[in-house]
Amino acid sequence: MHWHSVEEFLAMGGYALYVWGAVGACAVAMIAEPLLLRRRHRRIVRSLRQRRAAPGSVQATAVTAEVAR
Amino acid sequence: MYQRLRAFRFASPATFYPLAGKLQPPFMALAVGLAAAGLWIGFMVAPTDAQQGEGYRIIFVHVPASWMAMFIYCVMAFWAAVGLAFNARLASMMASALAPTGAMFALLSLWTGALWGRPMWGAWWVWDARLTSTLILFFLYLGFLALHAAIDDPRRADKAAGIVALVGVVNVPIIYFSVQWWNTLHQGASVSITRSPSMATTMLWGMLLMALAFWMYSIAVALARLRSIILERERHNEWVRHALA
Repeated sequence: MHWHSVEEFLAMGGYALYVWGAVGACAVAMIAEPLLLRRRHRRIVRSLRQRRAAPGSVQATAVTAEVAR
Repeated sequence: MYQRLRAFRFASPATFYPLAGKLQPPFMALAVGLAAAGLWIGFMVAPTDAQQGEGYRIIFVHVPASWMAMFIYCVMAFWAAVGLAFNARLASMMASALAPTGAMFALLSLWTGALWGRPMWGAWWVWDARLTSTLILFFLYLGFLALHAAIDDPRRADKAAGIVALVGVVNVPIIYFSVQWWNTLHQGASVSITRSPSMATTMLWGMLLMALAFWMYSIAVALARLRSIILERERHNEWVRHALA
């Protein structure tokens, strides 16, 4: 192991702002992206199921009209 | 003939949609495992750099992000070309699914580079050949996304944005060779096929593991986005109804 204490690890030899700023930005982006994609997928699945469940709804009528055109 | 049919079966969104759903979790699991190993080696095992102290550890995210930004652009241009040449809508959807992740890595490359440049060069940003060409790469991704979003008909949007992707691919070798072609502040390649790497073995392993992790992550995320794009664009088709049943 390279470090002697947690403080030493966090201080990164005086480069804490730069190292953790870089690693942190990557971590935030790469955790947020899959979560946002999961939400996007769930939303579209839900909306497609709802539209099917309610054939008389405004959306379903709009789709039927679109297909008929 | 039978072999050909089997290979092209997955060129249809209806057959690729469930396959993408099956492939995505193992790639994400691989990404998490490789990132855990890479971060451990990079932050716990790898020694302090003789010149840059602990500040060099930015390399473990900066180089993988930069590589992926360039690599994803090439893959995106490839699928855009397949989409244009064979009028294959799934290939064009694949290009669209890759663009946001590529743009994200280009931005992360610039961001982590700025945080590395400030303590080492004394500047967040310089108009150096490599930095400028990477900024252009970021703008090319944004151009692809903006053009695709601006055209209502998805197939026409695929074609227009696909041409942007293809034209922009000339920028990738410019980025890669910029450190050789121009006298730049940015350091040369740390890893090369033709000569032994100019860094300690543990540093190299940390960097390669992180690069692999970013690669697997990109595949997982692109597949996830592709599934949403397929559903959004194929929503009027009969198979979507069956797939969601």
